[in-house]
Amino acid sequence: MSATLLATRALEARYGDFQALFGVDLEAREGEVVAIIGANGAGKSTLLKTIAGLLRAPREAVRFGGEPIGGLRAGEIARRGIALVPEGRRLFASLSVEENLRMGAQCGRRGPWDLQAVFELFPALRDRSGAPATSLSGGQQQMVAIGRALMANPRLLMCDEISLGLAPIVVKGIYDALSAIAAGGLTAIIVEQDVGLARLVSHRLLCLQEGRVALSGPSDGFSREDISRAYFGAAAEAGR
Amino acid sequence: MIGWLDTVVQGILLGSLYALFAMGLALVFGVMRLTNVAHGDLVVLAGFAAIALAGQLGLGPLAAFACLLPLAAASGYALQRYVLNDTLGRDPLPSLVVTFGLSIVIQNVLQEIFSADPRSLSAGEIATASVRLVEGVTVGVLPLATFIAALLVAVALQWLFARTAAGCAFRATSDDRETAELMGLDARVVYASATAIAFMLIAVAGVLQAMRTTVAPADGPGLLLYAFEAVVIGGLGSFWGTFAGGLLLGVTQAIGFRLDPGWGIWLGHVVFLAVLLVRPQGLFPRTR
Amino acid sequence: MSAATFSVERGGAASRIAGIVALIAIAFLCTAPWWAESGWMREFNEMACYLIFAMMWNLLAGYGGMVSIGQQAYLGLGGYTLVALGNFTGMNPFLAVPLGAIAAMAAAYPISRIAFRLQGGHFAIGTWVIAEVLRLTVANISAIGGGSGTSLIALRGIEKATRESITFWMCLASVVASVALVHWFLRSRQGLALLAIRDSEVASESQGVDVAQTKLWVYLVAAFGCGLAGALYYLGNLRISPDSAFSVNWTAFSIFIVMVGGIATVEGPIIGVIVFYLLNRLFSDYGTWYLVGLGLLAILVTTRFPQGIWGIVSARFELHLFPVQRRLTRPPDHGMAPTPRDR
Repeated sequence: MSATLLATRALEARYGDFQALFGVDLEAREGEVVAIIGANGAGKSTLLKTIAGLLRAPREAVRFGGEPIGGLRAGEIARRGIALVPEGRRLFASLSVEENLRMGAQCGRRGPWDLQAVFELFPALRDRSGAPATSLSGGQQQMVAIGRALMANPRLLMCDEISLGLAPIVVKGIYDALSAIAAGGLTAIIVEQDVGLARLVSHRLLCLQEGRVALSGPSDGFSREDISRAYFGAAAEAGR
Repeated sequence: MIGWLDTVVQGILLGSLYALFAMGLALVFGVMRLTNVAHGDLVVLAGFAAIALAGQLGLGPLAAFACLLPLAAASGYALQRYVLNDTLGRDPLPSLVVTFGLSIVIQNVLQEIFSADPRSLSAGEIATASVRLVEGVTVGVLPLATFIAALLVAVALQWLFARTAAGCAFRATSDDRETAELMGLDARVVYASATAIAFMLIAVAGVLQAMRTTVAPADGPGLLLYAFEAVVIGGLGSFWGTFAGGLLLGVTQAIGFRLDPGWGIWLGHVVFLAVLLVRPQGLFPRTR
Repeated sequence: MSAATFSVERGGAASRIAGIVALIAIAFLCTAPWWAESGWMREFNEMACYLIFAMMWNLLAGYGGMVSIGQQAYLGLGGYTLVALGNFTGMNPFLAVPLGAIAAMAAAYPISRIAFRLQGGHFAIGTWVIAEVLRLTVANISAIGGGSGTSLIALRGIEKATRESITFWMCLASVVASVALVHWFLRSRQGLALLAIRDSEVASESQGVDVAQTKLWVYLVAAFGCGLAGALYYLGNLRISPDSAFSVNWTAFSIFIVMVGGIATVEGPIIGVIVFYLLNRLFSDYGTWYLVGLGLLAILVTTRFPQGIWGIVSARFELHLFPVQRRLTRPPDHGMAPTPRDR
């Protein structure tokens, strides 16, 4: 049983007056891949953003490597070893591919990931390293976004909807790469729309429904009915 | 014919000073979408500061400038970090009102300290020295130095933004502040650093203006408008565009002055409005 | 779930009381020419012009989301139209006042074609450039006095007391009408559209609001108001010059008035102009330091108390003298208290 790397306790998050998360408990152990699923608006992205520090959390609500990180700035959390591949990729439009990747190394963490390593993982990027990042295809942009996060040499990699808007074959290629990375021991939390894919690539599953945890446990331990119920809520059963 | 050539040359030299005014404005707007209404007043303040330093410490203009530069950078950093950072956001109102208030404060404080009279920074011999380019076209050494300074500043800024890590940080934070923070950048520091550099450029412009002509406490708004017009005519996103915009404005004003002294500045404003009407993105915009 | 009956409330007890008090005050003021000193009436006129100008800036910036530093262009146009009509056509200047406002509004249409090419901070400075163009143009026209200005001679034939009374009543009527019109406009559907645009242009466009049309109308109305203020001011002042009529100080003072009083409220500018008047009476002798103080105060208010005096009072006491919102209320037996949301 490996050690807990990340743990959230009763995590709440708000956008102004609107509360998006209600007491979420999440745990990610070293070396495992946790998948978060749920309908649109369930709070998946909000959860990742809160862990990454883009939204304020109470100090003890998020612990990383045993240390409380709630309330720290995003940059400080990045320096501690959490990297986020944001929803929609969020590449820097004024920067080239290489500059985007170098930006990822801004937090100064040492490790196996550098420009060469990223190009080996995603060879398609090597030839286009000088091009403006947003001139690439969707799949290649996703590779840049992942590569940028890897350049931070994180202990925990978080990916938010990386399959969105991409052709299935491209998604497969990216998840193959991701699996290779995870096999190397990197802990990952992924948010994924495609429930089947999520179950396939992850060790454990967490389902959010309207800001609350509806399901949590080993990925192969649930039936389709279990997941459907958690995904859509009890009301789906009541046939409203 | 030669008379017109001379007018254009003088216009280019004048325009290079406008380009210098404009560089700091373009930098700050490019990085953080901030429009600093006090920009012109800060140039005037820099001029007066140089005059005061030269007077109190008995320094020549270059030495006064050298003293001024770190002061300018530090005050720019502090102003952005502790006052202006809080005004940034989707709503342009807070930054406009705060910098407008700053403009009023600077103008009136300068008037209290220095009275409303125009002052200049004595530049010694080079103030009146001149060089003859061709028959009938003479350029002052100081205006020529201003042109070279503007050129160097444009080159330096372009290099800073395109080739250095700091420039990368500026561009990234300007593109997407939130994601830049994810990367480990502190946007508060990035913005403050940009303003620090802009204030150094303001110091250059202020010293040259004080040497070339005069500075008076009420001059600020006029300089702001020239700087702004240069930025918009040139097009956003490119320092070379700003440089060209400044030159064009200078030439337009020079032609206007030659036609009728009362309409010189007016023609510059009108050409600006015409460019805005016909090509609102400016002459050399850099599209992202 | 039972069918609930909702109702839409517009006003409250406070606004009704305020309305009655205002009517009494206005009726009282109407009698002023019979008991007030001419110096006091002149000050009132001046403040009335500042208030109208500030309300227009508030309409543009606070409600329309368009921060302009160039509204003095229209004030100057209104003033110069008045003087030109009075001096050259011999028209009764009192009748020329609304024409000054209309001239300003007419000029605003072509100007908007240019100004609307810019957004945000650039729009602000662009409007300033336009005001400067007008100032320089007028300063070069010797027929109306060029740079040193000219006097309104058409009123010379009229007896002083009559002139002062009529000017006062016109200012009073204009300021009351302006407040009433702004309040009425904001309560209307167009006003609601304006608030929606201010909060999100894209969202309101998708809801069917014609953003461009609405912004244009607000800009034209604001120009009309500023032109009116200009015509009234120089009706009372009798002497006009380009540096005075097109001075950016008009905007500077109105920014102060609106920010201190409370932006995006109808009550705010009224409070602001009272504060401005008091500060003026007490401290204007200090010249430049007084202006420094105003500037610092504006910075302080914008960074620490952006809602202004009325914003703070209104939130603290849930007070709305000029209610603009619509509140959805439910009959109390459902146990749900209506919660008015801030603008």
